[in-house]
Amino acid sequence: MTMDLWAITKRVAFYALVIFIVVVAVFPFYYAILTSFKSGTDLFRVTYLPTSFSLDNYSAVLNVGDFPRNVLNSVFVAAVTVLLALFLAITASFALSRVRFRGRGIILMTILAVSMFPQIAVLAGLFEVIRFLGIYNTPWALIFSYTIFTLPFTVWVLTTFMRDLPIEIEEAAIVDGATPWVIITKVFMPLMWPALVTTGLLAFIGAWNEFLFALTFTSSNATRTVPVAIALLSGGTQHEIPWGAIMAASVIVTVPLVILVLIFQRKIISGLTAGGVKG
Amino acid sequence: MTVEATAGPAVRSTPRIQSELMKSRVAAAMWFLVPMLVALAIVAGWPLLRTIYFSFTNTSLNNLYGGDFVGFKNYLSWTTLKSGRTVFSGLLVDPAWWNAVGNTLRFAVISVTLETVIGMIVALVLNAEFKGRGIVRAAILIPWAIPTIVSAKMWSWMLNDQFGIINDLFLNLGIISQKVAWTASADTAMTAVLIVDIWKTTPFMALLILAGLQMVPKDVYEAARIDGVHPVKVFFRVTLPLVRPAVMVAVIFRLLDAMRIFDLIYVLTPNSSATKTMSVISRENLFDFDKFAYGSAQSTLLFLLIAVMTGLYIWLGKVRFDGGDR
Amino acid sequence: MARIELKNIRKSFGLVDVIKGVDLEIHSGEFMVFVGPSGCGKSTLLRLMAGLEDITSGEMYFDGQLVNALAPSRRGIAMVFQSYALYPHMTVYENMAFGMQLAKSDKDAIKERVEKAAEMLQIGQYLARLPKQLSGGQRQRVAIGRAIVRDPKVFLFDEPLSNLDAALRVATRLEIAKLHHQMNNTTMVYVTHDQVEAMTLADRICVLRDGMIEQVGTPLELYQNPQSLFVAGFIGSPKMNFLNGEIASKFGATTIGVRSEDIDITDREGAWKGKVIHSENLGSDSYTYVDIGTDEPVIVREDGTSKHAPDDAISIAPQPGRVYRFDQAGKPLKN
Repeated sequence: MTMDLWAITKRVAFYALVIFIVVVAVFPFYYAILTSFKSGTDLFRVTYLPTSFSLDNYSAVLNVGDFPRNVLNSVFVAAVTVLLALFLAITASFALSRVRFRGRGIILMTILAVSMFPQIAVLAGLFEVIRFLGIYNTPWALIFSYTIFTLPFTVWVLTTFMRDLPIEIEEAAIVDGATPWVIITKVFMPLMWPALVTTGLLAFIGAWNEFLFALTFTSSNATRTVPVAIALLSGGTQHEIPWGAIMAASVIVTVPLVILVLIFQRKIISGLTAGGVKG
Repeated sequence: MTVEATAGPAVRSTPRIQSELMKSRVAAAMWFLVPMLVALAIVAGWPLLRTIYFSFTNTSLNNLYGGDFVGFKNYLSWTTLKSGRTVFSGLLVDPAWWNAVGNTLRFAVISVTLETVIGMIVALVLNAEFKGRGIVRAAILIPWAIPTIVSAKMWSWMLNDQFGIINDLFLNLGIISQKVAWTASADTAMTAVLIVDIWKTTPFMALLILAGLQMVPKDVYEAARIDGVHPVKVFFRVTLPLVRPAVMVAVIFRLLDAMRIFDLIYVLTPNSSATKTMSVISRENLFDFDKFAYGSAQSTLLFLLIAVMTGLYIWLGKVRFDGGDR
Repeated sequence: MARIELKNIRKSFGLVDVIKGVDLEIHSGEFMVFVGPSGCGKSTLLRLMAGLEDITSGEMYFDGQLVNALAPSRRGIAMVFQSYALYPHMTVYENMAFGMQLAKSDKDAIKERVEKAAEMLQIGQYLARLPKQLSGGQRQRVAIGRAIVRDPKVFLFDEPLSNLDAALRVATRLEIAKLHHQMNNTTMVYVTHDQVEAMTLADRICVLRDGMIEQVGTPLELYQNPQSLFVAGFIGSPKMNFLNGEIASKFGATTIGVRSEDIDITDREGAWKGKVIHSENLGSDSYTYVDIGTDEPVIVREDGTSKHAPDDAISIAPQPGRVYRFDQAGKPLKN
């Protein structure tokens, strides 16, 4: 009898812990959604469950100001950054994972070091380069500067993935007369689709969320990306913070990410661990 | 014919024969690497050098090319007054800077420690077999997927002094007796930042530790259970030593990441000297206060600090690879 | 059709010498098998011939042409890998056609060649399938088919049967033997650690040990005339019985070797007295393990069924003239 009771207590405690974890993880997002559907004075009454439903905040965000433009900016910047990084990284990671040459270790170390770079350390120098290139306050400034973290990351993860591809397949292709370029494009790429999608997605999230460069290298509402736009979203007067609109904007930019992450959860976990544990 | 004629002496003189295949592969590797290396040099190498250079000048934001070389003046300089007293100035004697250094270190150590402990607990829960495990794993990915700026805003709304749900909840539960201005008050600003950062980053930690846990062979646990070892003892004697390498890598990764924190603090607790970190104060000087060279000096010092830590990590990483290869 | 000559070939990986000076001539159209224990360098030697590894020193000729530096695709070789190494995302047809497509061959020519090879190996009905939809044996046929399509002068096999189960291994072995008869112009080099495969397939066998050639010869030469203790022990199943000490010195040798079929159960003078440990009855013949006081039991082959029970006292003796004598260095002594 007492053993049973002890077992039940343990079970209850375990599930209580599980529920606590889930609630803490999900609640802020839930509360943001809840707030985004409130309007007027409702907004300032704390409730734990939905009480009213209004789309005012969403129409405010989407129709007033540059927010839709900001979303497009973010999509454009993140997409181009990722494509560029993947293109450079696929060939580079082939060289780093498949070809024996002197200096390979040093290059890998450099890439690892750059991925640990504090972004602030290059901010002043990058500002100068971006001014020099005349791309200040354009999406290109962001695409250019985001390479500093997307490229090392994609190279590193793809190198670990490519290292695991069977060597005999590559040798069969060599005997068949394939050049390194053909091996990459015709043999390895089709085998690496899952890895490419995962790496691309992780790099996309990184670029989508970036704040420091976006804040520094853009100066007008129309060129800003979503994180900066949300951070700087202001109401009619100086002291009034438009919480409803901020929450609506937050939900708009977060829902697609959350859906993507949930769809690709397994792949993302393996991608994160490939970049982390093996690194 | 010609091949035979030339090959004979070549073999005798050089012991190593580079074949067509190896030559073409190495050549291809070079062509594949050059674009990446050039890109990294332009976006990382050169700007870094320029930042370091700026830190030795008196360059201003509006006149990037008009700065003069001033040596270590931004870091430390002194003048001796007529009275014989020496007055120091510069970064190394700037209390605001040392406050930021203290904030950064405090934030990094506390957040990473708590994230590791909580992440370990979450990972252990996820490593157990139970119904609904998939849902829990999906749920903890949500904080990770939410952009930092968005989570900062979400939490600053929840932590709002007047209308925040946290104050409401804590008042109802009797944890606090009056509303707290979490983000605005100097006493609680750092706590607020830590709460949000831990909420957002623990999932990453938990997933890395979980990956480490799942590499531990199941029969180790079965053997321990058959021997009747207490679960707590199993954790400290078996599980922890086995996942320690994975955890160490994750910890160092996170530590380096925490050292450069900027966005969360910039949005959650703007202008609070209780949370201002090295990154925040550097950017402030660079772009808001028109002390471009001074800000450059601050970023250079942060870079040096992180470079030393990265060096340690790579060094430790090597030790792990050599020693951990059973 | 190609005659292959290896002249003092050496290969080192860093400080480790894997191939330590190999001289060998492989005749045109010959089926040559490299055999030896793992780590003897047989696979490395094959990969040097394929051009997948750099030769450290020495010369390699195909039909008199130096090929040391020549890229694999230009050597006129085809290779069958241990793990099949099929392209997982391509159909059987695409797998077989890939090499010719890269060589920019005519579409119809590719189709004709692939279909002919597929017919030869009876995989015609699988051409549209992906490798993962095939069994292990079928995959190995596709791998062989891909090699045939290349119409190679030299056919290289790297332990192609080691991933197959026992029954399939025998069947595929027969297939490869047939292939050799059909493509009797093509030189074939085959690496295995299994001496039965070597004996059944080879025109000539090259036994390797520690990166050096131990002996080259036809299967029968190796069986009947081993030039070292190592070859004597490696070729033949069950392994040759080796006896040292007093028994050997009676024959004026450090070690003597007797094959199990060359031992009679007899009471004649000088016979070794011993005790039966165990008998294996295989139906057509049987093997009896006899303890005569040596380190390892002596194995005796008999026709039909063995009538000996464990612990039976028994006397055995080698047939006259069937004893291999070896000196201290493991080299054979002339009779």
